[in-house]
Amino acid sequence: MKKTLFDKIWDAHVVESIPNGPDILYIDKHLIHEVTSPQAFNELKEREISVFRPDQIVATADHNTPTENQHLPVKDLLSRKQLKELTQNCQENNITLYGLGHPYNGIVHVMAPELGITQPGMTMVCGDSHTSTHGAFGTIAFGIGTSQVSQVFASQCVLVQKPKKLRVNVNGKLKKGVLPKDVILYIISKLGTNSGTGYFCEYAGNVFEEMSMEGRMTVCNMSIEMGARGGLIAPDDTTFEYVKGKEFAPKGEEFDTKKAYWATLKTDEDAEFDQEYSFDAEDIEPMITYGTNPGMGIKITGTIPMEGGKSDAKALAYMGFKPGESLLEKTINWIFIGSCTNSRIEDFRQAAAFIKGKQKAANVNALIVPGSRQVAAQIEAEGLTEVFENAGFTLRQPGCSACLAMNDDKIPAGEYCVSTSNRNFEGRQGQGSRTILASPLTAAATAISGKLTDFTKHLN
Amino acid sequence: MEKFITLTDTAVPLEIENVDTDQIIPARFLKATDKAGFGENLFRDWRFDKNDEPNPEFALNKPEYKGSILVAGDNFGCGSSREHAAWALKAYGFTVVVSSYFADIFKGNALNNGLLPVQVSAEFLDQLFVEITKDTSVEIKVDLEAQKIEIPKKDISESFDIDPYKKTCMINGFDDIDFLVSKLDAIKEFERKKSHKTQATTAL
Repeated sequence: MKKTLFDKIWDAHVVESIPNGPDILYIDKHLIHEVTSPQAFNELKEREISVFRPDQIVATADHNTPTENQHLPVKDLLSRKQLKELTQNCQENNITLYGLGHPYNGIVHVMAPELGITQPGMTMVCGDSHTSTHGAFGTIAFGIGTSQVSQVFASQCVLVQKPKKLRVNVNGKLKKGVLPKDVILYIISKLGTNSGTGYFCEYAGNVFEEMSMEGRMTVCNMSIEMGARGGLIAPDDTTFEYVKGKEFAPKGEEFDTKKAYWATLKTDEDAEFDQEYSFDAEDIEPMITYGTNPGMGIKITGTIPMEGGKSDAKALAYMGFKPGESLLEKTINWIFIGSCTNSRIEDFRQAAAFIKGKQKAANVNALIVPGSRQVAAQIEAEGLTEVFENAGFTLRQPGCSACLAMNDDKIPAGEYCVSTSNRNFEGRQGQGSRTILASPLTAAATAISGKLTDFTKHLN
Repeated sequence: MEKFITLTDTAVPLEIENVDTDQIIPARFLKATDKAGFGENLFRDWRFDKNDEPNPEFALNKPEYKGSILVAGDNFGCGSSREHAAWALKAYGFTVVVSSYFADIFKGNALNNGLLPVQVSAEFLDQLFVEITKDTSVEIKVDLEAQKIEIPKKDISESFDIDPYKKTCMINGFDDIDFLVSKLDAIKEFERKKSHKTQATTAL
């Protein structure tokens, strides 16, 4: 039978299928962090069960960490306690932890790929919905709840119904100034926030083939924002080159053997999908969101749709926008470039290239938060620190930061923030904050002008 | 896990679509390391204003609405995977959530915590909203064994789907950890075969 990329990886990891029920799916790598793991460790302790495969688990601290003074004890007592529990749990269970201050520390979906922990053909889970990011490597990666985290601790497996298959094709040539973030925001704006529910999504077409690994991660990261459990892209030479030489990637002969297998991981011609959509790259422009879910997106030069349902009215009231309104020239006081969607070196290179030699507008607070210590080091090594600082941007230490505002990095109530993160939900970036999702380039351009502008006119 | 067989109770209408888990339990309350206490912060920023005063317009604060069944708009539970959302709903006192659509991760989390997600048609959901707002004392009956949801007083009903494995778990109070631990021998055998297979240069 003809198989999709997804089928090939999934089927290779099924330990058993329960008749009329879920599959027992074997998990190659389990990533954990401080927020969704403590209750799972407690569950195991209460049942007197030990962690089954600690070598296949990697931990980091990212969600609930400060982005300043990481060498000092964490000020917030609840956060400090949560981080301490992660450390203790990892020690007691022989789990590798790259905690705060470790050179490998970072946002779980940034540090695992850059260390070569993420590899094609794997199954990966994490108690975080943006685990879909790792699908960029041709990996089945998806977010799980805390009960499932304890299941994986106990058995290295999850019980899960095999999702249906969806393919999204984008072909053609992207316009100048259109980044991978715009591509995925465009797709979600066309398909809606629940079109992917029950599906795993493969992204195909020359647009994804020509994308860097960083770009592919941005795309796969937001699969969950259209409801899909995960997204994936067939591994190719770009993937193999990225993985090669990474700290925990296979080396030498083992790499060659693995690579030969990875190269077989593509959808067979004529394999069937339950649902398929195709878009033209030429139709995509820099995107922004105007509402309170990631599906409420328009091109930056567009206007807010007139026809909206009940929920749209609620969202627009929250955002302070009106149907039919253009958001160009809207004053923006906050910019956030960071999060597991857009905090990799390429994102900062793109932002820095635009910012270089310019000054942020006086009204703007511009926050730059690298995804990991390694990204932070690279920013320094490439001289981008200077570019950001000379332009008046604030460069912080790595973490999830203002994407979910668990730490002190919050956007004040009522303020608009053009953010490279993934969710514009009410209050996501702080109580009462109003998020406009966009690419790193759009965020950088907005910081310079202090308002939303059609910056593509000024691109070379 | 608590067993769930059948429930008859009044319901609280939450006529909002795309309710994300950030609204169900905002991230600033995720610093706890146990499962206790999330109920008081359920829908925190909708239930309370910025001075921490209850918002009288929000359904959960309206004295006429009581009960352990939450009836919510389309695509309930989207966004973050935080299981704290299911814990918060359960701790507040809900045992059933009815919607015309549930996000995948939320649905799984709910089922793992004895909170039954009942997916109904958009038409039936509209009917439920009409009936429970018209007569706040009207009761909804959810029968998991028969996979049926009804308003007995009004003689309206609909059947709903649930994964048969999960249904058995809910009815008997079983959970997945016990089941998976009982499968460890098969899992070890799978690991042995897999490590052999990944040495091969052809597809698995």
